[in-house]
Amino acid sequence: MSTTHEVRGVGHSVKRKEDARFIQGRGQYFDDITLPGMLHMEILRSPYAHARLKSIDTTAASALPGVVAVVTGELMAQHNLAWMPTLSGDTQAVLVTDKVRYQGQEVACVIAESAYVAKDALELIEVEYEPLDAVTSPQQSSAEGAPLIRDEKEGQTDNHVYHWEAGDKDSTDRAFAEADHVVALDTFYPRCHPAPLECCGCIADVNPATGKATIYLTSQAPHAHRTLFAIVAGLPEQNIRIISPDLGGGFGNKVPIYPGYVVATAASLLIGRPVKWVEDRTGNLISTGFARDYHMRGELAVKDGKMTGLRATLLSDQGAFYADAQPSKFRAGLFHIVTGSYDIPAAHVVADGWYTNKAPGGVAYRCSFRVTEASYLIERLVDNAAHELDVDATQFRLDNFIQPEQFPYHSATGFVYDSGNYPEAMRIALEKLGYEDLRREQEEARKEGRLLGIGISSFTEVVGAGHGKEYDIAGLRMFDSAELRVHPTGKAILKLGVKAQGQGHETTFAQIVAEELGIPYEDVEVQEGDTDNTPYGLGTYASRSTPVAGAATTVISRKLREKAREIAAHLLEASADDIEFEAGRFFVKGSPESAKTIQDVAFAAYTNLPDGMEAGLEGVTYYDPPNMTFPFGTYAVVVEVDRGTGQWKPLRVVAVDDCGVRINPMIVEGQIMGGLTEGYAIAAMQLIDFDEDGNCIGSNFTDYLIPTAWETPEFEIGELSTPSPHHPLGAKGVGESPTVGSPAAYVNAVIDALWHAGVKNIDMPLTPDKVWAAMNEAGIAE
Amino acid sequence: MTQLESPTTTGLHTVEVTVNGQARSAEVEARMLLAHFLRQTLGLTGTHIGCDTTSCGACAVLVDGTPVKSCTVLAVQVHGAEITTVEGLAKGGQLHPIQQAFHEEHGLQCGFCTPGMMLTSVAFLKENPSPTDEEIRWALSGQICRCTGYQNIVNAVQAAATTMREA
Repeated sequence: MSTTHEVRGVGHSVKRKEDARFIQGRGQYFDDITLPGMLHMEILRSPYAHARLKSIDTTAASALPGVVAVVTGELMAQHNLAWMPTLSGDTQAVLVTDKVRYQGQEVACVIAESAYVAKDALELIEVEYEPLDAVTSPQQSSAEGAPLIRDEKEGQTDNHVYHWEAGDKDSTDRAFAEADHVVALDTFYPRCHPAPLECCGCIADVNPATGKATIYLTSQAPHAHRTLFAIVAGLPEQNIRIISPDLGGGFGNKVPIYPGYVVATAASLLIGRPVKWVEDRTGNLISTGFARDYHMRGELAVKDGKMTGLRATLLSDQGAFYADAQPSKFRAGLFHIVTGSYDIPAAHVVADGWYTNKAPGGVAYRCSFRVTEASYLIERLVDNAAHELDVDATQFRLDNFIQPEQFPYHSATGFVYDSGNYPEAMRIALEKLGYEDLRREQEEARKEGRLLGIGISSFTEVVGAGHGKEYDIAGLRMFDSAELRVHPTGKAILKLGVKAQGQGHETTFAQIVAEELGIPYEDVEVQEGDTDNTPYGLGTYASRSTPVAGAATTVISRKLREKAREIAAHLLEASADDIEFEAGRFFVKGSPESAKTIQDVAFAAYTNLPDGMEAGLEGVTYYDPPNMTFPFGTYAVVVEVDRGTGQWKPLRVVAVDDCGVRINPMIVEGQIMGGLTEGYAIAAMQLIDFDEDGNCIGSNFTDYLIPTAWETPEFEIGELSTPSPHHPLGAKGVGESPTVGSPAAYVNAVIDALWHAGVKNIDMPLTPDKVWAAMNEAGIAE
Repeated sequence: MTQLESPTTTGLHTVEVTVNGQARSAEVEARMLLAHFLRQTLGLTGTHIGCDTTSCGACAVLVDGTPVKSCTVLAVQVHGAEITTVEGLAKGGQLHPIQQAFHEEHGLQCGFCTPGMMLTSVAFLKENPSPTDEEIRWALSGQICRCTGYQNIVNAVQAAATTMREA
């Protein structure tokens, strides 16, 4: 913490600037916006998962007073917009023309004077379907004679989407051949959904006179979306303005482009009036970006107590369209981080993706591109291995951690870990937990017939994409940007290419400017989300805002500081080389008493410049990180399992995170607690399931269970800070660590409680019925 | 052939309510939800809609002091009632203690659940001015937050309780 209480740079837990509007109901989410002449759109969705579209009759719907247009796939096809590209280079239907491929797929849209009338009209659309057999798992999809889902794709003769490998097969095979023990785990990381509290939607406003399309969009990546809109709709890019206003959460759900956005924009263009589409919760859960749905087999080779090899075999359920939001050269995202925190010399990952009759998506739900699945597999596998080898799960980890002196560490699958201190994170967590005492308590409890379990997860994440050479979204390199304008009175506006959804960017990024220039954080306004008024960037997901845009903010602040130094030299009649800077003050070496403040210098930048210098104190920079960042930590969970009901309750949740330097510790801890809750939700209850006909079970908040304050445990937060050597502030990003790392800790705790009876695995979510059934089979249920 | 007719043109009802201390009235369809009445008819967009099934509580407002989920109440049902929305919490430029506490305790992130959380908390603290953490968690168990993990929300309600007791 180098800045004062007034300036509040890095390290200060200042209260958030954005709160004022939210606590007073003065935020502006897209649905809060009403434009003159605005129409409303509602979407008719397919009740079938797989069905040939025979006919659509829109006569009655079109005749309903107040209905302006009914849009079908046929109409979209006339404008060459019935299909659109996905973020993974596949195509996705905007509105159905041939057959529906998942339940909830968009079939038609009604545009009307009010949302109520539009909903009425949906009831009047007559659709005739010819139902087909539905495919609801990759096992079914890959079986001989499975119905062909993507029959419209030229050359597509089966349901296979991709095959992808990472690591080295031969050295891994050797490690297994030479191993003392091989431990295997088959597990399914089920489909879940980010379910931000605000659903998706947009207002498309195409000005018929100028052709300018202003689109208020629930977008985590407004600039990338502008470019994709230009490409998909064929609109000139300078005529597209995406405004992503306040977002009610995102968690990856607001990264893809959805059919509703495209139809609303096309409708506004054709009708000449603004069109608003507000997705309802069911539409959100059954049609937009799901997460996970990975069937995984992990095998660990162990020799003399050391992990020597790792194999991971994946079957990925992609849904009907391959729409993973991830860098294009990595078909299974960054799953190859699967060696985790361990020094495993050989590893091999084999992944295959399959189409099914389920919604497309594959978004990184509060995670960096399949890192969550990887972290879950290795941390479950390591825990099971410790049980099978009859060694303490913490000691087994300590014996196999990558050691602090091994950084930068080259992993067997090709990552270069930037920094870490895994044993220390573990030590802090165990001390906080009182691990030894708890193990004794567990023994005592078991004698009384009570089932206590302790679960550990020592995760390592990879976040902060890019660098741009390796990492892209739809071909766009994953750099990010910052534009800083210091006004004559010393106040500043910072404009960013990223877009917050609750992360507190308006505070955190202002603190970076405060740190670097000494301008009080309250004097720095942070703007995001409006593509006409912010520099190009790839957006906020994959914990990349602080690693990339935070670095950009630091770099541009430092560039302006150098110009300010020259102006200060002019004001102090000295050479710039002799000017020192400290906490917002410039002074000649050795004479700190006669200083020019950053505010003096900013004023001079517009009023009293050295000869030949350009006016102003403004600049923009584009930052392409040299590497990813690798946050890590140890989570420890204590649970008690009820033998009679299968219910389990977390009694303790200890989280030690190392995300490098913490810019605003309060905000960091808030992110950690939020992520721990989502991790618990995934481990305990969140599930998007399907019946054999492809009906989505989990289509509303009474079926898709989300923990409230009542179920959610209390958290004990610990901290470690190992700076990233390549980030200009040493920060790594934190928003996703707990969602990535914690599900395994909760599940390991439950398995630890039951292992002695022979229960080795229960797949998430660990609902009481599944836990009870496992206990019953093991003979310990009551 | 029967002429199709939109229900918007039939059966309008007068709703007279006091919202945040101001008398308001409008002609609405019988089927109009209170949440839509507040947001669209009256322009009070601080009340949010998160789920459509009375599960998430983002739309909670106070009707005669009682928290109700306004996505599941018809506007015509509150005829004659006194309604408080998030816009009515601050008085005379002074934040309500619950607003101040959510800010101080970092009880919000994206802000979408916050209005419902605060209004439910205000009603709860009126009934139980000195709650335990467990009682707060139970009182808020009809509200969903996807960002915070609730711990800071509980802390905020405790902090507001302290301020309100001392006031």
